[in-house]
Amino acid sequence: MEYHSPASFDEASALAAQAQGVTRFLAGGTDVLVQLRSDLVTPDTLIDVKRIAGARDITRNADGSWTLGVAVSGAEMREHAELGRDWPGLVEAMDLIGSTQVQGRATLAGNLCNASPAADSVPAMVAAGVRVTITGPDGTRQAAAEEIPTAPGKTSLGKGELVSALHVPARGDRGGDAYLRFIPRTEMDIAVVGAAVNLRLDGETVTEAWVSLGAVAPTVLLVEDAAAAIIGTTLDDAALAALDSAARAACSPIDDKRGTVDFRTEVAGVLARRAARFAYARAKGDAK
Amino acid sequence: MALDDSKREFRFVGTRPDRPDGLDKVTGRARFGADMNAAGMLHGAILRSPHAHARIVRIDTSKAEALADVKAVVTRADFAEVPFKPGLAGEVWNVLENVMAGDKALYDGHAVAAVAATSALAARDALKLIEVEYEELPYVTDVNAAMRQDAPVIREGAADFSVPDDMHPNVVRRHESGHGDVEAGFAEADLVIEDSFETEATHQGYIEPHACLGQLGKDGKGELWCCTQGHWIVQKTCAALLGIETANLRVTASEIGGGFGGKTTVFIEPVALALSRKANRPVKIVMSRAEVFRATGPTASASMDIKVGMKKDGTITAAQGEFRLQGGAFPGAPGDMTAMCAFAPYDLKNVHQVGYDVMTNRPKQAAYRAPGSPMAAFAVESVVDELCRKLDLDPIEVRLKNAAREGTKASYGPRFERIGLVETLEAAKAHPHYAAPLKPGQGRGISCGFWFNHGGETSVSLALSEDGSVQLMVGTPDIGGSRASMALMAAEVLGIPYENIRVTIADTASLGYNDVSHGSRVTYASGLATIKAAKDAVRKLSQRAAAKWGIPEDAVKWEDGCAVPSGPNAGDFDPLPLAEITAEMGQTGGPISGHFEATPEGAGVSFATHIVDAEVDRETGATKVVRYTVIQDAGKAIHPTYVEGQFQGGAAQGIGWALNEEYIYGEDGRLQNAGFLDYRIPVASDLPMIDTVIVEVPNPGHPFGVRGVGETSICPPLAAIANAVSAAAGVRMRHLPMSPPRTLAALKARDA
Repeated sequence: MEYHSPASFDEASALAAQAQGVTRFLAGGTDVLVQLRSDLVTPDTLIDVKRIAGARDITRNADGSWTLGVAVSGAEMREHAELGRDWPGLVEAMDLIGSTQVQGRATLAGNLCNASPAADSVPAMVAAGVRVTITGPDGTRQAAAEEIPTAPGKTSLGKGELVSALHVPARGDRGGDAYLRFIPRTEMDIAVVGAAVNLRLDGETVTEAWVSLGAVAPTVLLVEDAAAAIIGTTLDDAALAALDSAARAACSPIDDKRGTVDFRTEVAGVLARRAARFAYARAKGDAK
Repeated sequence: MALDDSKREFRFVGTRPDRPDGLDKVTGRARFGADMNAAGMLHGAILRSPHAHARIVRIDTSKAEALADVKAVVTRADFAEVPFKPGLAGEVWNVLENVMAGDKALYDGHAVAAVAATSALAARDALKLIEVEYEELPYVTDVNAAMRQDAPVIREGAADFSVPDDMHPNVVRRHESGHGDVEAGFAEADLVIEDSFETEATHQGYIEPHACLGQLGKDGKGELWCCTQGHWIVQKTCAALLGIETANLRVTASEIGGGFGGKTTVFIEPVALALSRKANRPVKIVMSRAEVFRATGPTASASMDIKVGMKKDGTITAAQGEFRLQGGAFPGAPGDMTAMCAFAPYDLKNVHQVGYDVMTNRPKQAAYRAPGSPMAAFAVESVVDELCRKLDLDPIEVRLKNAAREGTKASYGPRFERIGLVETLEAAKAHPHYAAPLKPGQGRGISCGFWFNHGGETSVSLALSEDGSVQLMVGTPDIGGSRASMALMAAEVLGIPYENIRVTIADTASLGYNDVSHGSRVTYASGLATIKAAKDAVRKLSQRAAAKWGIPEDAVKWEDGCAVPSGPNAGDFDPLPLAEITAEMGQTGGPISGHFEATPEGAGVSFATHIVDAEVDRETGATKVVRYTVIQDAGKAIHPTYVEGQFQGGAAQGIGWALNEEYIYGEDGRLQNAGFLDYRIPVASDLPMIDTVIVEVPNPGHPFGVRGVGETSICPPLAAIANAVSAAAGVRMRHLPMSPPRTLAALKARDA
C-alpha cells in the first residue's frame, strides 16, 4: 500500500490518475479507515487530501455564499456560528454523524463520496443546493451534490477525479432548512430514513422548496413532487398531507436489518412533514 | 437451611466505601485480557465458516504454513479425542466441537482452523491462504422451523432420555413440571387468556472482547492468562480439550470488561494453547467484535405459548406454558429454566409447564443473566397484564393476591423458605412512581421476576500480615464490585478497617477449586466463605491471646478487632488488638491464616418488581423509556452502591433486549448485524435515570442474610417494558424486541 500526502488537488488528481489497483482518497478517514480495519477493502494507493492548502477552510464569499474545504470536520462546522445561523439544517445533519471523536475528523466531502444512501449530511446538502468543484486530469468542473452518488458505494467521479471544494449557496432572506433522521436510538446510529427540507417564504407562503430523502432508495433523492406539494402554500394540513404522500411515492427502499420497505416508506412521509414544519419555523424566525 | 450465628447489626456491611479496583480502572492501570504480553509472543487468528451448515470436505493449510511469518496452523486434528455423549452429558465434546469444527461447520462464524504468526496482520492475511472445501447443507435458524419434521438435522443422537422418540432430532432436551389439575383450574376461571410470544436472541454485549495469552510446552505444562468469569472451569476444560492434566495448566483471570454469563466457557483459550504447543511460543488471541457476535454468546431465542385463567376477583385458577428455546447448534438452551421460572412468583394450585431445548444453525448459546427467566416473565407477565386489563383489576393488587410467600409450593416443586416478593410488591405500591400521572401517549407497565440464585463450589483463603493487614484470596472473578463486598464482610468479622484488607482474585495454582462467577453466587458463596475464613482466623487469633493470657480458649471472645476476656471470670486483661497478635505470630506459633471450602446450598431465591413508563411515537413506532424503578430483595445489601449498580445494569440490559437488540439472520443463514452499529445496545442517552429500591428480607442461608442480586434484575424488564409499550400503543406487543418497524406494524394492524 502506498500512502501519499500531496500538496495540491492537481497533484492528488495526477497521483490517482496514475495509480493501479484500488485507490482511496483520505479526508477524515472515518469511512476509509474503518473499511481498512474491518478488512473490507485494502487500497493499493491511499491519497491523503487533508494537508492541501485551503482544505480545512470555511470561507464566506462576498455574495453571502460559502466555500468549504474538503477536509473541514463536522466539529469545525458546528463551532462556526455564522455558518450555523445560515444553514442550521446542514450543520446539524453533519453533526448527527458518529461520536464526538468521529466529529473531529469526519467531513462533508467524505460523507458525499462514500456514496451511502443513508449518509446524513447528503440530503441536507442536496436540499440546500450544495455544489462541488471536481478536480481531474482535464482540469476542474462543477456538479450538484446529488450528481455525485450513483449507487451504494459508487460515484460519478472518473479515474483521477476528486472533489476539491464544496459550495453552499447564500442563505438569503426568509429561508430555512432542517434535516431529521429516524434512528432507533438517540445517537451513534445510522439513518433508517432521513429527510431534509430547505425553503423560502414570502410572507407566510412558501415560494421555493427543496425536499431530499435519504435511505429510501439506492441514492439520496431530490424529490421535486414533494417540493411542489408545499410551494405556494402556508404549510397547512393539506399541504403537509400532500408532502407526506409525495415523499412516500418517491421511495423505493429495501427490506434489511435496519428497517422494512413499509416502515421506511411510512416514516419518510412523517419525517418530510416534520422537517418541513421545522424549516418553515426557521424561515419565519420562530426557531433556531 | 437456617444458620445459628446470623448477624443483623453491622459496622462495615451496608456502608459505601470506594471499590479497591476503582483507581486502577479509571487510570488504565488495570490489566484486562488483551493487556498481557510475553517475550517471543505470536498472534493467533481464527478462520471461520461463512456457511450456516456445511460439510468440511478438505482443509489445505499448506500455503499458509509456507509463509515465513506463520509459525503454526491448527485444525481439529490438533486437539484431544473427546467422546461424544448426548445432551449436556457430552458438554466437553460440545465445547470442543464449538471451539474447532469437526466434520461439519454448524453455523456462520464456526471456527474451522487457526494460525499463529509474528504479527496480528500477518495472522489475518495467512487465514486468507487457508483453502477450505465446503459442501453446503440445508440449514435452519428458527426454533419452530427446527422442530418441524422436515427440518434439516443438525446432529443425530444429540437428544437425551427426556425427549420422546417421535420428536425431531433437533429437540435435544425436554422438561416438564407442575402440580394440580390445570384443566379443572381453567374451568373455574371467569376469564382464560391464551397467547403466544417470541423473543429474539440477544448478546451479553460485554465491552471487552474475549482475549487470552496462552503458553503450552511439549512437556504438557502450560500457563494461560485470560478474561473469564471462572478460571477453574477454563483450566479444567482446556486441559480436557488438549489432553493434559488439569494441574499442569495454571490459569490467571485478568480484570474483566463485562461477562454477564457469556464468559463462563471457553472459545479462543484452547486454540491459543494448541497453537502455542505447536509453535513452542506464547500465543495471544484477541477476538474482533464481529467474532464476538458470530461465535460467542448469545442467549437463546424463545417461542412460547401461555394460558392463564383468572377469577373476577383476580385469583389465578390455573396456569400453563410451553417454552421452546433455540440455543444454537448444541444442547444447552435453558428450556428447563425458562419453564421453571415462568410462574414462580405465583402461589398456584394448578400449574403445568413444559420446556424444550432445540438446536439450530446458530452459535452455541451461552448463559446470559438468569438464563431463560426474562423471556418466561415476558410471556407470563404479558398475559397476567392482559387479564388485569380485561377484568379491570390493579396489576399490583392482583400480583399481591396471588404472590408466592414463605411456605408456598413453588411452581417448579419445592416449598419456598422466607422470600421477599410481597415486600417488593408493597414497596412498588407505595412508591411515588406508581401514583405519578402519565402524559398522553405514555403507558405504565409492571412486572415481577424471579431467579433461583446459586451456591456452588467455593474456596477462600485469608492470610494475616505481621502489621495486621489482611490478604484475602477469592477465586471468583470480580464482575460487579465483589472485592469491595468481600473486604466489607471480612472487615465485619475481623473488626479492622475495610482499607486494611486487600482482596485478590487468586489464580488456579493458589487456591482450591472455585466455580464460575455466575448464578448470582459470588456475594453469597464467596461472601459466606470469606466470613467463615475470617472466623477461622479469629479463632486462631483468640487462641494466641488465650495462650498469652494463660486462660482457656473459650474464655476469649473477639470484639471490635481485639481479643478480650469473655467475662469478668475469665480474668482482667486489656483488649489485645489484631495487629499486636500478628506482630508476634512468628514467635507464638507461626503464620495465621483462615480458610474455608464448601459448596453452600442456601443461596436463597430472589424476586423483583419493576415499574416502567414508556412513550410511543405513534407515527414512527419509536419507543422511549421515560421512567424506570427497580425494586428488588437483596436479602442484605453488603455494599448498597454495587447492589444498586446491579439493579440498574439489569434494567439497562433489559431495555436493550426489549426495544432493539436482536440477532438478525438473513435468508442465507448468516448473521446480518455482527457489530454494535446494527446490534443496538442502548447508549447512555437512550436511558432514563433508573431508580432503585433495595428491599432487605434476610436470606436464612447466609450469615449476614445475603441474596444474590446480579440476575434477578434482568428478569422483569422485558415484561414490564412490553406492558408499558402495549399500554402506550394500545396494542399488545408479543414479539421482542419492540423495534420501531415492529411497533409501527402493530399499530397499523390495530388500525386496519
